[in-house]
Amino acid sequence: MRTHPLVAIRHYAGRWGLIVALAALPVYYGIQDLVQGYQVYVAGHAVIHHDLTQLGYDVAQGLSNGAIWALIAIGYTLVYGIIELINFAHGDVFMIGSFTSVSLWGVFGLGLTTGTLGLTWGLLATLIITMIVTGSLNVLIERVAYRPLRNAPKLAALITAVGFSFILQNVGLLWRGGSPQSVPDLIHVQQTVFTIGGVPIQRGYILAFGVMIPLVFALGWFISRTRAGRAMRATAQDPEAARLMGINVNATISLTFLLGGMLAGAAGLVYALYETNIWYFQGFKAGLIAFTAAVMGGIGNVRGAVLGGLIIGVIQSLSDARLGPQWTEAVVFGYLIAIMILRPRGLLGEETREAG
Amino acid sequence: MSGWRARLRQWREAVEKRLPRRWSRALAVLLIAIGIVLPFLFPPSSGFMNATIIAITYAVMALGLNVVVGFAGLLDLGYVAFYALGAYTLGWLGSGFFFRLHIHVLVSPVVNSLQGVHLNFILILIAAATICAGAGALIGLPTLRLRGDYIAIVTLAFGEIIGVVAVNGQSVPVGGGMTLTAGNLGISAVDQPYFPGIGSFSLLNLRPWYWLILAILLFVLFVNIRLRDSRLGRAWIALREDEIAAVSMGIPLVKTKLLAYSIGAAFGGMAGAFFGSYYTVVNAAQFQFGFSIFILSMVIIGGLGSIWGAVVGGLALGYINNYLIPDVLNNLPSHFGLNFQLTQVEFGIFGFLLVIMMLLRPQGLIPERRRKLELTAQIAAEDAQLAEVPGTVAGPT
Repeated sequence: MRTHPLVAIRHYAGRWGLIVALAALPVYYGIQDLVQGYQVYVAGHAVIHHDLTQLGYDVAQGLSNGAIWALIAIGYTLVYGIIELINFAHGDVFMIGSFTSVSLWGVFGLGLTTGTLGLTWGLLATLIITMIVTGSLNVLIERVAYRPLRNAPKLAALITAVGFSFILQNVGLLWRGGSPQSVPDLIHVQQTVFTIGGVPIQRGYILAFGVMIPLVFALGWFISRTRAGRAMRATAQDPEAARLMGINVNATISLTFLLGGMLAGAAGLVYALYETNIWYFQGFKAGLIAFTAAVMGGIGNVRGAVLGGLIIGVIQSLSDARLGPQWTEAVVFGYLIAIMILRPRGLLGEETREAG
Repeated sequence: MSGWRARLRQWREAVEKRLPRRWSRALAVLLIAIGIVLPFLFPPSSGFMNATIIAITYAVMALGLNVVVGFAGLLDLGYVAFYALGAYTLGWLGSGFFFRLHIHVLVSPVVNSLQGVHLNFILILIAAATICAGAGALIGLPTLRLRGDYIAIVTLAFGEIIGVVAVNGQSVPVGGGMTLTAGNLGISAVDQPYFPGIGSFSLLNLRPWYWLILAILLFVLFVNIRLRDSRLGRAWIALREDEIAAVSMGIPLVKTKLLAYSIGAAFGGMAGAFFGSYYTVVNAAQFQFGFSIFILSMVIIGGLGSIWGAVVGGLALGYINNYLIPDVLNNLPSHFGLNFQLTQVEFGIFGFLLVIMMLLRPQGLIPERRRKLELTAQIAAEDAQLAEVPGTVAGPT
């Protein structure tokens, strides 16, 4: 069957347009650094450099931020893939994950003076308990707020999701007050471990990737190799047919929410360690950024969510460093709108019914 | 249960038979009359009057959002953008903010000598509606290819971008040392409405403000009702119910959708301009995402697509937010030994209301008939259909 030329043009314009849009910021600032140079203070003297180290620093920072967004974005993408719902409360589940893990540090007595061994085991235990807590919370939300509305118009579930997002935010507000709280910098995140081409690699970067990569591989293995994972894929493809094949669709959807919530909990712990401050509103912003990442990668696609998270992280850190953090939100949302116009299905995604 | 309901219906029909024809119109006239004399029952600047004025403004916004979400079925999560634009229209055209300009049109003699742009409030209302209608169409454009949740996200993104621009607008120069907005400091000393022959409004006497917003509400209500019953209103509902079928029946998709965004936005802009003047400051901190959800809650609690529902939802949440929670119930948690105030968790309360409403009564307080059937009768009809098919076992319902 021949494709209509206009459709083909739109197809390529969309993909290349998106790639050009994504590359615009790093290329622009890279050229700016090379041509105009940037100031570095060496022993109190301003020196103009003409190289890409600064850009490399921003990109490294962005990639490690992006690793956190990727973990959250997977939760969005899994849930959207299976029931076509934007789980608005997901960002706030992530926030609860941060709060839970900081409380657990207190329970385990982790502080700045804790030894390496104690810290390792303590943080591992925190990670596992936080993941269980946020996973269960996500399953609970699905059970209470989404399952009864499975047959109602889709707007209904989206509205309860927004409602739950606000409820969780206020839980956080009552839990730890209305202003950002700083938490102990347990692992000295800014300490440089080694440098690559002049770019310092900090402990925080290693932490973010050290948590994200194993979890993503575990998830990939689970989805592609286990029976439950196969049930998830089947349900995502066609819930009705999956049900006829004897798959317990409700249990599979609960499992999806469990996995998404667990990853959000892990992201919450990493965020608390990495940013060393938490507040009840962090989930809202993180949720929107992660959702943008999921859409950018192609919603329903786990690899896409990781890719999108990393890209959004870089965009965000470039905007933070060059335009000023007060504009970052607008830049990220500007990208979201650009993706929606150019290529609603994202980088790796397939056509969905929602975004043709 | 059903006997009780049938008796109630019989009773209602009997009452309706005795009432004069077009009694609903008489009821409307009666309600408007009560609305007009209501302020004489309260002191001219009481807290209740203040809450009433704010609640009516919310109802105007809810009516605007109802056009987009209720009639056309386009979930708009960035409605606060139009509140912001409307308020900034007032800030730009009715204050000394653009201090290098000297433009005065039909304003009070006192204001006439001040620097800046000062237009009559009615002109500002028209300007706000026009600017917001344009912005609504602009925001609608990228969503034309999208459906459902994606529209929600794009509108949300636009709302947030406008919020960010409002906060950072003081670093955006527009020439002559003037900036786009005043950020979190706010554009203050905005003009109060002035009408030749009546004089300037003041916050010492809230009655004129009340009548002004009541007039705006009645105008918006009238336009809403006429739109719903028009060809355009039917086109919106058709698009909402089945986009593909509607388009194949010859409904112009682009025009119909963009008109929904524009008209909804225009109402929001008028309410925003009124709020800007009433609050006497146009402050970027007012334009938070939570406010979009707040307005959406009104539409949903009232009943999606229902005009009277939007009015009731707006008034109800307006009173709850500005009277019940801060003035009446604020210290309720402390009676139970809890250390917080209800105003802190008001969005949690609205979130809870949204969830409960969706689970228990998704059609809203005053449901639109069509949607009510969709949400309640459809399921029963499907069950009946399933029961008719031989070989399938329908469980007891």
